[in-house]
Amino acid sequence: MTNTAKTPLVHITRRKNIAWYRAWIVRIIAVILALILCGIITTFVVHINPIEVYKTMISGNFGTARKVWFMGQDLATLLIISLALAPAFRMRFWNLGGDGQALMGCFGASAVMILCSGSMPNWLLLIVMFAAAIFCGMLWAFVPAFFKARWNTNETLFTLMMNYLATQLIAFFVVVWENPKGSSKIGIINQRTQLGWLPDIGGNKYILIIIVAVVLAVAMFIYMRYSKHGYEIAVVGESEPTARYVGIKVRKVIIRTMLLSGAICGLAGFMMVASTNHTLTTTLVGGRGFTGVMVAWLAKFNPFFMIITSFILVFLGRGASEISTMFGFNDSFGSILTGIILFFIIGCEFFLNYELHFRKSAKKEVA
Amino acid sequence: MKGIKKILALVFVAVFAVGMLAACGGGNGGDAAPAGSGGAAAPAGDFKAGLICLHDENSTYDLNFINAFKEACEDMGLVEGESYFIKTNKGENEEAYQAACELVDQGCNVIFADSFGHEDYILQAAMENPDVQFCHATGTKAHTELVENYHNAFASIYEGRYLAGVAAGMKLNEMIESGKITADQAVMGYVGAYPYAEVKSGYTSFYLGAKSVCPTVTMQVTFTNSWYDETLEKTGAQTLIDKGCVLISQHADSMGAPTACEAAGVPNVSYNGSTVQACPNTFIVSSRIDWAPYFKYAMQSTLDGTKIDYDWVGTIDTGSVVLTEVNEAAAAPGTVDAIEAAKADLVAGNIHVFDTANFTVGGQTLTSYQADVDDMGDFQPETEVIENGIFMESYYRSAPYFDIDIDGITILGDVQ
Repeated sequence: MTNTAKTPLVHITRRKNIAWYRAWIVRIIAVILALILCGIITTFVVHINPIEVYKTMISGNFGTARKVWFMGQDLATLLIISLALAPAFRMRFWNLGGDGQALMGCFGASAVMILCSGSMPNWLLLIVMFAAAIFCGMLWAFVPAFFKARWNTNETLFTLMMNYLATQLIAFFVVVWENPKGSSKIGIINQRTQLGWLPDIGGNKYILIIIVAVVLAVAMFIYMRYSKHGYEIAVVGESEPTARYVGIKVRKVIIRTMLLSGAICGLAGFMMVASTNHTLTTTLVGGRGFTGVMVAWLAKFNPFFMIITSFILVFLGRGASEISTMFGFNDSFGSILTGIILFFIIGCEFFLNYELHFRKSAKKEVA
Repeated sequence: MKGIKKILALVFVAVFAVGMLAACGGGNGGDAAPAGSGGAAAPAGDFKAGLICLHDENSTYDLNFINAFKEACEDMGLVEGESYFIKTNKGENEEAYQAACELVDQGCNVIFADSFGHEDYILQAAMENPDVQFCHATGTKAHTELVENYHNAFASIYEGRYLAGVAAGMKLNEMIESGKITADQAVMGYVGAYPYAEVKSGYTSFYLGAKSVCPTVTMQVTFTNSWYDETLEKTGAQTLIDKGCVLISQHADSMGAPTACEAAGVPNVSYNGSTVQACPNTFIVSSRIDWAPYFKYAMQSTLDGTKIDYDWVGTIDTGSVVLTEVNEAAAAPGTVDAIEAAKADLVAGNIHVFDTANFTVGGQTLTSYQADVDDMGDFQPETEVIENGIFMESYYRSAPYFDIDIDGITILGDVQ
């Protein structure tokens, strides 16, 4: 079809398949280019040796054993929320409500912790906290899923709105449960008694959430790859009419998948309250519900690749924070570097999905 | 396939070219880097200090801490990034705990945190790292938790607020005398962060300072429920101005209220530091806590191995409670002298900010008040704080506990 038209210098076609090793070569090149651009900016704008900056980024993540644990803990939290989002996005259900669903998980767990501590044995308290967190997370996912399945409402807006509802609800309860009075903060719940705190494993208080995240990643991989549910999710995502044609109950799949999504977000909330933070604030989830979208998409919903993508994001975040501490900047400089690197990483996806054809070879390449 | 190879080749050429550039640039940076280090005299041993901030220098509150910390550290011969560290934008959650632990790992001997909500997380870190001193500004728990290496500090900032209030009163008097307003229209507005003791004590002392020179003054207060929300603070100040307030002060950390005042041409008494540069026509004076004396005290004590107070209160005498320079362009004539006179009286003990003779509650003079000084999470007031007709603020613990709504101050509720 290009026979008659004048061939442009470059034209773009959709790439069919790219070998996985080629894809990773492109990604690595993108990261290298990003680091070089960051280096130039660092050298000419703030007059610091970029090698020192990169070293600081690495030491911010791996400098001490404790930093590695913190990094692992942050990574695990982000990964759990990303894993929760993956099945929904695979189904092309734009669940932007991860923040709200995880916050509601935090809410459920901390509500039980504040109201029921001391009235039941600790193991039972933990179970009730767990159940409450899962329930609240599922509830926040069920509402938009039900409306979508029933009346085909726009899930992007709906899930986004649910985030604000969750934030406001928690803002209200933070004032109800505030300590001390008038301060609008709850602080660490049961700091002295440690009721409703998940136990340390072998004296290590960071490892539990990491184990949970890894187990969940494996389970999610199996669920998405080998289960009937996983197959149904993929078909609904590819084409709803096809799904309907082969006899998949699309409504049921949507609601079921979102309930799963919400439940895992609730689990993330439970882990944040019972294992890592022991408090409730409106900013506890800190936008991970949105960062998780990026983690899931970049990894093409493969749970094991999601470990890598969430690592990159956590690494950049912690590295940026270390830069600001060690060089006496505020967080903005680190954010600029992080932004550049992410721009390249996301931008290179273009080259993975599309092929550029230069004039001479153009005709042969169109396949 | 050919296309891909071509692109790859192009990319590699680009990488190489840019790489060369970066390498050259890197060289320049490398030369510059060592110049900064090794300049200042090293203090005894390898003493290190760290500060954890809720926001960064864009917040007037955090900037006040950061400046004081840098001053104190440099006085001790410490160097930023080598022997003192500042961690900014650490939330009131696990982040604060992580930041404290990382500072421990960096070898800090003493670690400070600046936000009220950091307390539980710093306390947690203190319990786990008994060899490091943790000093938390504005907190309330050290004197009841009695963890050896955990300390609170505050300053009798109500005295500074009172003096700033005197300047506000002088301005109101000037407006009344010039016929701009009647005596009844001497209404001040106040944008507060949260409705709890630290803020209430602050605006009440400010009001009492103004009342000491302008007896007909009244005040309206609105809350933002955030320490830093520029839009809300601006809206809050504007609302108060629209309601007829002729002078504004605030206890929140952004430039929202001062800039709203400058735009409306309404005089402003600031907090945490001078805002004269952004508000040359309306800024009168600002009170602030100078944390440098405390930082020096805590660092020196740590270095000497002596005990740091569980609960330290800075005063005018220790240099912790200070006022910025008065902006003559906006202030009433004689303000500087009036402040100096009131300050001398406060230091000499001739006047007391919370003298129960100076205010009433529901038309009555207070004779007894139980405050929740020991913050055990029970919300139970347990300490009698009125002695000889004076409310003893920052006496039983450093953090304020004056949380009474007095006559003359109307609370409007939250900024909408």
